[in-house]
Amino acid sequence: MSKATEADHKANIKNNNRTVKKLLVAVIAMFGFGFALVPLYDVFCDITGLNGKTNTSAVTYTATGIDKSRLIKVQFITRNAQGVPWKFEPVINEINVHPGEMKLVKFYAKNLSQHDIVGQAVPSVSPGQGANYFNKIECFCFTQQPLKAGEDVEMALQFYVDLELPDEINTLTLSYTLYDITDKKS
Amino acid sequence: MTTDVIEQDSHDEHHDEHSHKMTGIKRWLYTTNHKDIGTLYLWFAFIMFLTGGALAMVIRAELFQPGLQLVEPDFFNQLTTVHGLIMVFGAIMPAFTGFANWMLPMMLGAPDMALPRMNNWSFWILPFAFAILLGSFFMESGAPNFGWTFYAPLSTTYSNGSTAFFVFAVHIMGISSIMGAINIVVTIMNLRAPGMTYMKMPLFVWTFFITAYLLIAVMPVLAGVVTMLLTDTYFGTSFFNAAGGGDPVMFQHIFWFFGHPEVYIMILPAFGIVSTTIPAFSRKRLFGYSSMVYATSSIALLSFIVWAHHMFTTGMPLFGELFFMYCTMLIAVPTGVKVFNWVATMWRGSLTFETPMLFSIAFVILFTIGGFSGLMLAMTPVDFQYHDTYFVVAHFHYVLVTGSLFSIYAGAYFWLPKWTGYMYNDTLSKWHFWCSLISVNLLFFPMHFLGLAGMPRRIPDYALQFADFNKWVSIGGFAFGLSQLIFLAVVIKCIRGGEKAPAKPWDGAIGLEWTVASPAPYHTFTTPPPQSDIDNADQHEH
Repeated sequence: MSKATEADHKANIKNNNRTVKKLLVAVIAMFGFGFALVPLYDVFCDITGLNGKTNTSAVTYTATGIDKSRLIKVQFITRNAQGVPWKFEPVINEINVHPGEMKLVKFYAKNLSQHDIVGQAVPSVSPGQGANYFNKIECFCFTQQPLKAGEDVEMALQFYVDLELPDEINTLTLSYTLYDITDKKS
Repeated sequence: MTTDVIEQDSHDEHHDEHSHKMTGIKRWLYTTNHKDIGTLYLWFAFIMFLTGGALAMVIRAELFQPGLQLVEPDFFNQLTTVHGLIMVFGAIMPAFTGFANWMLPMMLGAPDMALPRMNNWSFWILPFAFAILLGSFFMESGAPNFGWTFYAPLSTTYSNGSTAFFVFAVHIMGISSIMGAINIVVTIMNLRAPGMTYMKMPLFVWTFFITAYLLIAVMPVLAGVVTMLLTDTYFGTSFFNAAGGGDPVMFQHIFWFFGHPEVYIMILPAFGIVSTTIPAFSRKRLFGYSSMVYATSSIALLSFIVWAHHMFTTGMPLFGELFFMYCTMLIAVPTGVKVFNWVATMWRGSLTFETPMLFSIAFVILFTIGGFSGLMLAMTPVDFQYHDTYFVVAHFHYVLVTGSLFSIYAGAYFWLPKWTGYMYNDTLSKWHFWCSLISVNLLFFPMHFLGLAGMPRRIPDYALQFADFNKWVSIGGFAFGLSQLIFLAVVIKCIRGGEKAPAKPWDGAIGLEWTVASPAPYHTFTTPPPQSDIDNADQHEH
């Protein structure tokens, strides 16, 4: 190999290594981006109120009054994730509230099985655009709910609907899905 | 530093190989030669194609009649899942990587791929990935049964226990693809012959260049999402589990962020192949070379902002549906540019209909049909009817079988003389084409109507009124499967002998690969080609 081509060859390798390094950085960055999508997704849903996600910890009552001119129908539905042996239902199925008005409703749960189970209810509001205006001051969904075999409990939900609720929304449906998290209990 | 040593080694090896080329299995295991690795990729892809095809035959046999005849519903789910995974990751993608390995250095006037050792590795880990995937058929759990899209919670909470095998197989496939893509980018950026500017590269090279960037951008996201799947299933995390604060819909967003660019990864190289064959058999230069480059880039960029059109029925807000609908329809513009350019290339050309040209023309027409059904699916209001029906199955098989696969056949027939040194058997190849063309349409066209009439996909049984069409679809499926064995016969005959191929068997072909002998010598372009050859290979119209 002549000196000139050997120098070319060395320059080539240097070029190749530089390009490979840049591309590897891109690969690692995109792997990270895949995971970054997880918090980004939550932030995006939080800002836009998509997906019907409601506040996951208690808020304080901040409404400046009660809007008596509007009456919002709030419906409650419950369902059990596959194979959760609990009876789980709202005590009342729906309630009418004025925006800004605080309400307390109860849910009933009973462990029908022969063993102790820790449950976790996950709420979701429909239509999704209303989710950011449904404020929970107190909710059994903020905590895990352990029930011994055969034990039952009445669980409280205290909430108010924000005064800013868009005009086109007259009905909010709050849905709870109950999961068995006995194995995952922290 | 290490890379330096490796590079140096492989370089020395080239010289050794002149004197004693390794023989037998060692030649293939240790090879760093781009032509050998290209051959390995192409054979591997064809074997996987026959494997995935065999699974499809069982699916079509089960669907020949309504009711459950041959297989259990759970096994049917395993068949559809593994069929999809094998065809996407085992057949189409490695076939294109095979083309890239064989043709890129020869088209660029380079002695080899830039990273020959990595090239060897990126091929040889692939068989292990598919051994894991196919091996899971023989495990107690059975193979993955959650669809090739592996939606959570089907693949997490309701997994049959095969999720780990699936995840590791996908990890290996992903690593292989990423290494292949890095090699392609480095080769194109650094090893172009002196005088070959970017806009003088054949369009074939351009499409692989852009595809490689797409792979580098999205394969890591796929690796990430399967990792989340793995930890959700086995280590108690809750990325996609609502009970732990996760969200199953988020899975679909991350998956399709990978998934939509992925479908362009499988079609852009096809555009490159037919942009080579159509001008050759029209005896004209490619119409609108620059617009082809820009159209390909636009398609690649748009592919990142259309993913949620796979998810119209998940309950998106109206704005989201409109955004993704319009962006998706926008892709029809650069794609239309390409289709019109191919037609304009043929316009007033001096056309002959050798087998590569037949496959290319079939590609243009049938891929366009697949594109049109894609436009229909892009429309949110009607997608609610078409979603998860056989209409979708018809759509993506038109773009992947009569699109990608037909382009692969066009390319294979086009370059077989260069690869083997012999002309293929013309009569047999025509049989292969016409049998494939007729049977593939019998196989996939009626699926449009089945879908519009409401037949859901991925279900082993169907309502009685779909029986007649499904019978014809199955007959088309068996005929198409058998027709592919003709191709195997053509290739084997062509390797063994036949009419000697000249260096340039196609009088209208341009490109540096035709300036070397047929079969292509083991080492080509150890010295760069002269500027005149590079100018002659320029695809621009003069």
